[in-house]
Amino acid sequence: MARVILRRFFKHKLAGIAIAVLVFLVFASAFAFTTPYSPTDQEPTNSFQKSNMDHFFGTDELGRDVFTRILYGGRVSLTVGLLSTFLSIALGVLIGALSGYFGGGIDSILMRITDAFLTFPTIFVLIILGAFLREQQVPWLKNSVLIVIIIIAALSWMWPARLVRGLFLVLRERDFVTASRALGGSSSHIIIQHVLPNCIGPIVVSGTLQMASAIITESGLSYLGFGVQPPTPTWGSILATAQNQVFRAPWIAFYPGLMIFITVMAINYIGDGLRDAFDPYVIHIEK
Amino acid sequence: MTTYALRRILQTIPILFIISILLFFLVRSAPGGPLTSARRNPNVTKEQIQAMEEKLGLNDPLPVQYSRWIGDMLKGNLGQSIKFHRPVNDMIAERIPNTLTLVGASFFLTLLLAVPIGILSARRPYSLFDYVMTTITFIGQSIPVYWLGLGLIVIFYVVLKNPFTGLPFFPVGGMNTRGKEGELLDTLWHLVLPVTALSLGWIAWYSRFLRSSMMDILHEDYVRTARAKGASSNTVYYKHALQNAILPLITLVALDLPSLFAGALFVETIFSWPGMGRLFWDAAKGRDYPVLLGVVMITAVLIIFCNILADLAYGWLDPRVKYE
Repeated sequence: MARVILRRFFKHKLAGIAIAVLVFLVFASAFAFTTPYSPTDQEPTNSFQKSNMDHFFGTDELGRDVFTRILYGGRVSLTVGLLSTFLSIALGVLIGALSGYFGGGIDSILMRITDAFLTFPTIFVLIILGAFLREQQVPWLKNSVLIVIIIIAALSWMWPARLVRGLFLVLRERDFVTASRALGGSSSHIIIQHVLPNCIGPIVVSGTLQMASAIITESGLSYLGFGVQPPTPTWGSILATAQNQVFRAPWIAFYPGLMIFITVMAINYIGDGLRDAFDPYVIHIEK
Repeated sequence: MTTYALRRILQTIPILFIISILLFFLVRSAPGGPLTSARRNPNVTKEQIQAMEEKLGLNDPLPVQYSRWIGDMLKGNLGQSIKFHRPVNDMIAERIPNTLTLVGASFFLTLLLAVPIGILSARRPYSLFDYVMTTITFIGQSIPVYWLGLGLIVIFYVVLKNPFTGLPFFPVGGMNTRGKEGELLDTLWHLVLPVTALSLGWIAWYSRFLRSSMMDILHEDYVRTARAKGASSNTVYYKHALQNAILPLITLVALDLPSLFAGALFVETIFSWPGMGRLFWDAAKGRDYPVLLGVVMITAVLIIFCNILADLAYGWLDPRVKYE
């Protein structure tokens, strides 16, 4: 079954290219330390250089090499995207499964809470939550990247929750559930062993789109100054500092935005390919 | 129909309740309350601070503080801004029309462009037009709003200039040129760039969604029946198919409203548009919690209101819903 899905996925040439691009980005970020520059060393005498052989993307207003900063920033953005999506899916699947399987009062309460979270103006609440968590003095909550991961997950679990709940409402009427119950299967056994494996397809597709959205959200928050705190570079915060210099050195603003754009495009293409690969009813039309 | 509307409105009350509790807890536990400057002042004694706390009711148990706050809010009083010492009501009331102008204009433009593009793409699937549009919308969906905004500023302020006057084509800041407040044409001129930045992503997304929605519907039996009965192309597409394809779009728009305000926040910040998003950002930088709370509550109420409108529109267009 997995092989069928993989085969259908790679029929989309674009999706294959997208995966290659994404893998390349991950490797580039992982090996960011191989550049001769540091992302945070300041050399004010060297500022505002255009792209040249020494500095591929030029330097910013403090003389830092933009290329290196973007590679390190990629680490943060990609990590935040990945981890926040995982966390969000974990939470969402839990709530959605409980809600969809048991129905009744539990469903009612959980859905009310989900609806409440869905009506939040997310960006506002993210900013408030971020400021709130940053001012706590809890020792394990010092890292602003961790805080960003938590708050993005806290405001995006509703989408997988709704999805999983819908799937469970349909799947729990299926015969294999009745059979398992007749054989004495406990609820948790049925949920984990029987129903959940059938949900993996839509969850994965929704997860990729969520990851793209998480990257955009993290960059946006950092751009506003409420995400990852300086001096840790992230694509959004590079954009923010670049905005002040946009008339003097527009290239600094170009590259981080370009990276976000490419990453999000790649993830979207992958998501598209995955959706077609998992969906048994799509007829692939050869051009 | 009225019972349906009333039912929906009643359903939103517990949601508002939950939201307000969460927000209240967040804000009350955060440092930087109204007494921060007093606490830092070495001339103010401990007893004086305690007296002020008593007066402001900060020592009462939390449920009491909450009910007082909710009571205030329901009466329409949202508190005082810490930074500006003005009632939050006034500050928000000043900015709401501006934000609504921006968001409304973007929404209008989005519908104007996304619906025809979606329909045309569905009418001629896999044609050149469809292929070009799909690629463009894919790109449009992936561009971050803030990058697009910055890019527009660079293009229209640095690169392209009006060859006759040497001035930029479109203004890049604020809502009106000085001295022309309230003039419609001037506001429209200032609206061009922010609205473009804001709408592009949505046009991309909604047109794609409408296209796939329409394509699903065009395979339905009732469309085939309409065609067999000899209905003209326009009737089939616009009356039968579109009416059904719009429904998921309404649901999508209703669910997407929070991101609408997010986009507005970014655009308002970049283009110095004096709206609620900008107010929120300034307040957040200054830890002005009453303003933050007021903006969030008002926005949440707005979102809920639009959700109800969307539900009503859905109920009006799809009679099956009313009999649930």
